[in-house]
Amino acid sequence: MIYLQLFFEFFKIGLFAIGGGAATIPFLFDLSEKHNWFSVEELTNMIAVAESTPGPIGVNMATFAGFQTAGITGGLIATLGLVTPSVIIIIMVAKLLKCYAQNPNVQIMLGAIRPAVLALILCALMQIAKISLNTGLSIGVFFILTLLMLKYKKSPILYIILSAVIGIVLKI
Amino acid sequence: MDILIKLFCSFFKIGLFTFGGGYAILPLLKSEVVEKQKWLTEDELLDYFSIGQCTPGIIAVNVATFSGYKLKGIIGAILTTFGIICPSIIIICLIASLLNLYIDNQTVEHALAGIRIGVCALISVLIFDMAKKIYKQSRHKKLHFSIFLLSLMLLLLTDVSAVLTVISASVIGFLPKLLKRGQK
Repeated sequence: MIYLQLFFEFFKIGLFAIGGGAATIPFLFDLSEKHNWFSVEELTNMIAVAESTPGPIGVNMATFAGFQTAGITGGLIATLGLVTPSVIIIIMVAKLLKCYAQNPNVQIMLGAIRPAVLALILCALMQIAKISLNTGLSIGVFFILTLLMLKYKKSPILYIILSAVIGIVLKI
Repeated sequence: MDILIKLFCSFFKIGLFTFGGGYAILPLLKSEVVEKQKWLTEDELLDYFSIGQCTPGIIAVNVATFSGYKLKGIIGAILTTFGIICPSIIIICLIASLLNLYIDNQTVEHALAGIRIGVCALISVLIFDMAKKIYKQSRHKKLHFSIFLLSLMLLLLTDVSAVLTVISASVIGFLPKLLKRGQK
């Protein structure tokens, strides 16, 4: 019963949270009020962990909340609930796009959306930069890393590991 | 069969190294899916990203589903989605049991601070590369550049949502066509 409820609640979040992981947070606060699955303090811990572990934040939050409520099975079911609406909707959109991708109007639309998405990504970058590049040292490391990346096109995974090591060595 | 396993593994790897929100996934996707495996073009990736932004659900998951569907239909979509959420499920279940050890650990904190800087640098390089490419390909350079500036101003100065920004941009894109029709 709890599994069904978990699946359904997270299905709803997946259906209504538009625009990324942070959008799931207000829904989770509602959940903690509605059911006695986890407290607000626990939720705060979850956000800290979800942001600092690998994987999309929204998925991490769902797994954590499900785990807190009903163990490993709970974590699995909450996450599946969260992604099910995406899978259904995206498959429908992808089918449509396949039929109309060559349509000139669709081409005009996509052409105009690309620069707007670039602006969105730039804004996201500014937000992350505000909290992560707050000391002279971190700004220096940022410039060195950026120059390295521009010069040597290595895998991002390598650079993420390198950044973690730099963080530990320099105690950022 | 081979490609299905490859799809799962690639997206598992991407899920394992994405730190933070949906945007952090872009450099990884570009390197793995566009440059290494050549499953998608850069334009397709950006289009999926724009659509994933406006449809319900987590952006990273939406982009994964989209890419999987393009390559291998519904089975592909399910596999890539499962691949991207698998690392989260494993890691979170592990950490949730050892929560206090993780949260107060100084070394973890330093590593994460470093990773955040790395992600900033990765996204900066990505924006730089994509901007160059979009500008080169654009058939209405002035219009598209104005859309970029306008979107940026909207997002920075007002609290307009990402969805609304994308929708307005797609409407503005039709201006040249409408003007041409008006002249006739």
